[in-house]
Amino acid sequence: MRRILAFLSGLSAVGAGASAYAQQPREWQINLQTPATPFAEAGMAFNNLMLIIIIAISVFVLALLAIVIFRFNAKRNPTPSKTTHNTLLEVVWTVVPVLILVVIAVPSFRLLYLGDRVENPEMTLEVTGYQWYWGYEYPDQQIDEFASYMIPDEEIDEEAGQVRLLSVDNPVVLPVDTDIQILVTAADVLHSFAVPAFMIKTDAVTMRWNETWARIQEEGVYYGQCSELCGIGHAFMPIEIHAVSREAFDQWTIEQVGDAEIDPENPPVLLTTTWEQAMADRDARLRLAAAE
Amino acid sequence: MAQAGTHSDEHHDHKPGFVKRWLFSTNHKDIGTLYLAFAIIAGLIGGLFSLIMRMELQDPGMQLVEDGQQWNVFITAHGLIMVFFVVMPAMIGGFGNWFVPLMIGAPDMAFPRLNNISFWLLVPSFFLLIGSAFIGQGAGTGWTIYPPLSDVVGQPGPSVDMAIFALHLAGASSILGAANFITTIFNMRAPGMTLHKMPLFVWSMLITAFLLLLAVPVLGGAITMLLTDRNFGTTFFDPTGGGDPLLFQHLFWFFGHPEVYIMILPGFGMISQIISTFSKKPIFGYLGMAYAMVAIGFVGFIVWAHHMFTVGLDVDTRAYFTAATMIIAVPTGIKVFSWIATMWGGSIEFKTPMLWAVGFIFLFTVGGVTGVVLANGGLDIVLHDTYFVVAHFHYVLSLGAVFAIFAGFYYWIGKMSGRQYPEFWGKVHFWTTFVGVNLAFFPQHFLGAAGMPRRIPDYPDAFSAWNLISSIGAYISFASTLLFVGILIYTLKWGKRVSANYWGEGATTLEWTVSSPPPFHQFETLPRIR
Repeated sequence: MRRILAFLSGLSAVGAGASAYAQQPREWQINLQTPATPFAEAGMAFNNLMLIIIIAISVFVLALLAIVIFRFNAKRNPTPSKTTHNTLLEVVWTVVPVLILVVIAVPSFRLLYLGDRVENPEMTLEVTGYQWYWGYEYPDQQIDEFASYMIPDEEIDEEAGQVRLLSVDNPVVLPVDTDIQILVTAADVLHSFAVPAFMIKTDAVTMRWNETWARIQEEGVYYGQCSELCGIGHAFMPIEIHAVSREAFDQWTIEQVGDAEIDPENPPVLLTTTWEQAMADRDARLRLAAAE
Repeated sequence: MAQAGTHSDEHHDHKPGFVKRWLFSTNHKDIGTLYLAFAIIAGLIGGLFSLIMRMELQDPGMQLVEDGQQWNVFITAHGLIMVFFVVMPAMIGGFGNWFVPLMIGAPDMAFPRLNNISFWLLVPSFFLLIGSAFIGQGAGTGWTIYPPLSDVVGQPGPSVDMAIFALHLAGASSILGAANFITTIFNMRAPGMTLHKMPLFVWSMLITAFLLLLAVPVLGGAITMLLTDRNFGTTFFDPTGGGDPLLFQHLFWFFGHPEVYIMILPGFGMISQIISTFSKKPIFGYLGMAYAMVAIGFVGFIVWAHHMFTVGLDVDTRAYFTAATMIIAVPTGIKVFSWIATMWGGSIEFKTPMLWAVGFIFLFTVGGVTGVVLANGGLDIVLHDTYFVVAHFHYVLSLGAVFAIFAGFYYWIGKMSGRQYPEFWGKVHFWTTFVGVNLAFFPQHFLGAAGMPRRIPDYPDAFSAWNLISSIGAYISFASTLLFVGILIYTLKWGKRVSANYWGEGATTLEWTVSSPPPFHQFETLPRIR
């Protein structure tokens, strides 16, 4: 059993490629993308359990069919039996599937409830689907909504690591090791915010906030695509997430907020320090620079 | 079983002239033939759409389709055609009409003229649907026609309205047909044929008819509300007017999930008859088989929201739909194991229909187990709306339902036409299709797991390898469909004439007691069942 599991995760590792830091699909990949959150890891484990079960069932049925084909063809077995009932057999093939389903159900429900929402999120990302781009807003950091468009094919810079149909002009920046609440809505038709490496996919519905969450474990770039048919540009509104350290995220927040008016009673939330402290540090640095 | 098809039948075998026979037809066999011809033509058109789609997806980039809208029109047309104008007419209208009366020993359907209307509603419906793809910008909504994309904000112009009217007509056709089947099966069984003696194909049609009767009106209501939202300023599905787009999804899938069983249950019935015939054994666990279908039909009505795990349902609701969905695996398992047990100990002849039936059992199992994977609300999140789902439902429909249709075709074509198909070419058709569809759809599991969304005309380059394989499989499948057309023409023109019961001792149902083809009016004296 363990060996099979190791084999399956090996396959997925091969599929996911050497670089764990850019989560995107790979040529000839056959299993899920390498998980990047605790929920996705749990999902991967459950997925591999399911794979073992369904492959076993399929092989079992195939084996039975093979036996039937070889043993009970008209040449080998010219006189058919007249058996039409076997109560024990019928009970067994009703009860055994029920037991298998119970074995599946326990981890399945655990996974379902784990993925639902996070109790005390440290920050919130608000995502809005538009025809055909995504808008991202950080209410806690007081970063106003910005639009994120796909980079057109002719402008793709492969040397800079850009990927056709997946790279965007303004990626989402998120901190690692942080419980992030993600709220999703739409402005026009339905869209769906999906990041396979986080195993999240939440439909964007007009005038409705749908909730999901992620706790990214590794810095890197993660990609996703809109996953609900939304019209002519459905294939062309990808999601690109840059996961950075908490310190770097704070730095990015300060840059984004820039010179905007700050309410001292209610400053932007930083993860590694307070806004007051960060401003004081900055002023000190500026003074030092001026003195030199 | 009683011998029917007596001499007196043949003396009275006055067939009406062409117009009266085929346009004003009230004969269940002629209407069945019309349905089958219709399904084959629609199938070639729907297949052509899928061929274009696979050619587009063969390589990354946009080669064939102009833009995303045209692509969306193609996928919508492909889906709606295959569901409403191929699988349902072939199974229910075609084989159902032909063989339900024959198998229960009835002279015809209960309402022959209603039967005629059912068929002739489908023809304008099909024209409306095809027209919707070419008038205006086309209906690019997917077969699920979710608002707001299907509302005027997403699809202005007349196309979606035409598609809605097409579904209205197809729905009316199905409901009338269902009423006809239920009445026929309940009231016109030959003396001695109790419900528990009916062939499993008749059982499957009875359950299918009930599913149609209960599910299709819900679709009718949903698309009518969509129509008034589009044209008369109502806001059933528009949140800015107090409506809810998710209401449409609930209504659609309350219809849509039973619909998938509507497409597969008649296949279950046909496969049961064929397995039993070629194993030369009665079906194993007959009552279990019949009531497994009843259970599937019933549970099929209370699992609809497993199509909606990502829309923002409460987690407890998702837990319920996960549990309810998994339960369907139990009666489905009963069916698969009973088919194998029917073959066990049999003396099996692997004629073409049996090849399709055995292929069906295995491929349906594969599609079934991936369905169990998708049933899990937690795991479905990552697979929902990816090619994994596309692979899953093509395994149960394109490889399940369509395999059942071909099995039924080869099983009954001699009975329907009086001429037998060429055995060698039937087997070639099976093997080329088997290789083609598996090559086309198995890699789509991998694509979906890796994250490729469905309904996209262009994809990130990393998905190109498996897409190329999938496209090659689709070309093989389409070529073998053309081979099928050749086999059909050959059979009808030059096939060997066959006797009443050309499958021999294994074929025990009543249709084998009448001549091939059956007389224009059969069972003028009712057969008696012991």
